[in-house]
Amino acid sequence: MPLLDAHGYRADPWRRIAAGEPATGDAVLVALADLPAVIAGRSNAQRIGVEVANTVRLPDLSAFLGQLDLVAIAFPAFNDGRAFSLARQLREAGFKGAVRAVGPVIADQFTHLVACGFDEVEVPDAIAARQPEAQWRGALASYGATYQTGYGAGASILERRRALRAGQGAAS
Amino acid sequence: MYRYDQFDEAFVRERVAQFRGQVARRIDGALTEDEFKPLRLKNGVYLQLHAYMLRIAIPYGTLSSVQLRQLALIGERYDRGYGHFTTRQNLQFNWPKLRDIPDILDLLADVGMHCIQTSGNCIRNTTADHFSGAAADEVEDPRPTAELIRQWSTMHPEFDYLPRKFKIAVTGAARDRAAIRAHDIGIQVVRHPVSGEVGYRLFVGGGLGRTPMIGKLVRDFLPKAHLLAYLQSLMRVYNLEGRRDNKYKARVKILVHEIGIEEFRARVEAEFAALDPAAIAADPDEVARIEAYFAAPAFATFPADSQRVVADRARDAAFDRWVETNTFPHRQPGYAAVTVSLKPVGGVPGDATSDQMRAVADLADAHSFGEIRVSHHQNLILPHVRQDELHALWTGLVAAGLAEANAGLITDIIACPGLDYCALATARSIPIAQAISRRFGSAERQREIGELGIKISGCINACGHHHVGHIGILGLEKSGQESYQVTLGGDATENAAIGQLLGPGITAEEVPDAIERLVGVYLAHRHDGETFAEAVRRLGIEPFKAGFLAPQPAEAAHAAA
Repeated sequence: MPLLDAHGYRADPWRRIAAGEPATGDAVLVALADLPAVIAGRSNAQRIGVEVANTVRLPDLSAFLGQLDLVAIAFPAFNDGRAFSLARQLREAGFKGAVRAVGPVIADQFTHLVACGFDEVEVPDAIAARQPEAQWRGALASYGATYQTGYGAGASILERRRALRAGQGAAS
Repeated sequence: MYRYDQFDEAFVRERVAQFRGQVARRIDGALTEDEFKPLRLKNGVYLQLHAYMLRIAIPYGTLSSVQLRQLALIGERYDRGYGHFTTRQNLQFNWPKLRDIPDILDLLADVGMHCIQTSGNCIRNTTADHFSGAAADEVEDPRPTAELIRQWSTMHPEFDYLPRKFKIAVTGAARDRAAIRAHDIGIQVVRHPVSGEVGYRLFVGGGLGRTPMIGKLVRDFLPKAHLLAYLQSLMRVYNLEGRRDNKYKARVKILVHEIGIEEFRARVEAEFAALDPAAIAADPDEVARIEAYFAAPAFATFPADSQRVVADRARDAAFDRWVETNTFPHRQPGYAAVTVSLKPVGGVPGDATSDQMRAVADLADAHSFGEIRVSHHQNLILPHVRQDELHALWTGLVAAGLAEANAGLITDIIACPGLDYCALATARSIPIAQAISRRFGSAERQREIGELGIKISGCINACGHHHVGHIGILGLEKSGQESYQVTLGGDATENAAIGQLLGPGITAEEVPDAIERLVGVYLAHRHDGETFAEAVRRLGIEPFKAGFLAPQPAEAAHAAA
């Protein structure tokens, strides 16, 4: 499935490892059940990612976060919003690796996904065909600022107001 | 009143542009109908039985006269010259064309309004007591809190694809006029019994629909500065754990019911403990900025009771009746809060023509500091009227056909749009309301019966809040026929209760007689000064059940004699 981040569609360096298949390669994406064994047998500099359902909870992942370079969370449907909270929890727990949304999310959700801590999305071919790169970039550009502090990289509206007040205070 | 600053303004303009783009992308096929639907709903656009419906957010039911005039203009230009005020303090237009909707959104943005999150599985318009800032019994005006929640909940990245819709209501008084325990989250501003600090009491898991539940206490006291972090924690638990396998079991009330309030509370508190409230909260300057918009208007000092009103009432019986029913005690001596009834006898509950909206806007400018409220009873409120000016106001309302003296009485009926408009409805609501209203239309009769709230829903989704009506009426379809179930003993206030079913369904034609029999039981048994609701609490449902089931009370009385 096509992979996309804030810069557009790009090649996917990650190799999905099926159950029982040897986890060889520079960057391997495995199921949660296989994760302890793959970490134990990790080769030097090998990057390991885990792919989980959106019903997985943070405590199921906590022990592994320091070992992981990628957490891929499934979206069974674009309007099943559980992964938004799970991604936020990963970020609040200090996870610094990449977080990926896997499934039929749409360009209109891209801002929310990024604000909740996702870096990239892996969408079905049909969606990529209907929603070319420009629509995803356009979605990101459609929000100047949002009200929620701590979501996304830019300053929230509340923080911008504070900055404006500080500026006015200094000017007066 | 809150006014948009440059950031609010830019945000809403961006949303209009975004929706324009989404409509275009739906048309060119970039978005499928399934993908477009939640985007359209989040912008207030419903596909109804006969046409699109547009639902406009009126945050915590507060409107300026300028905004109300703009709604009148939109009603005239893009609808059929009227609008419909809803039980969630919003306004619906029933006949807009889809291609006009982005233009309507621009007109709304011109006056600091929008349709964002008036539908869809997200946090909906935050509602509040319609007498906020006017009522004498408030700990604090709840609207700054509601405005803070409005901003925080607007396009929240984490909570825009919830299992189901989510409704929040806020009251600043112990006397609950905002039906907070019928909401997903109900917030009451309280004073801490020991420290005196002002904070919040929170209820969760209230809601009507097909599984009616009264909200349960989740937090007895929450410091004000912790509100957004606590809401974030609660919403996160719901977003992660709420059921998504069955839309009828997806509201937070089902989650609370299934895991129990103790377990739910524990999960919220665990989430809350991991957050830094200060990083999420609005800073004190921002809170102060919002509060300043809700400062009391420039009230003058008057005696508590206007001699002018006493004289006007003495010489004008119709005015006297209207003052008795449609005014509410104001915290400022010499002022009153006024209910402008949108329930003319035999009319459609909640409808107002564009001319009527303009009349109310003008009267608000003349007599109420330009401010109007929408109540969840589907009436309008002029919150700050000088008592000396009540007669002049009333005269203006009479001219506009808006002076029905029935606030809180049996003809002040709440009804959903029902089968006349709604795609979900199983039966008509409006004609039932009209028939009851005509039956009890006599001014003397209504006053004799006193306070009595009838609420009517045209399907099990309960938009007419029938479960919490003193008398509730639910329209269903039974083998091709409309069938109405009648419940008794519901209550939407601090004594919140779900009504109990009186018996088998009846036909539309039988409804007025059935209500007549219930009123008859009340009048026969009431103590001095006892309201209908109080009598039901004292007597229990049985005598009413007997009255409801007896098709001919006159005959029954005759046989017993």
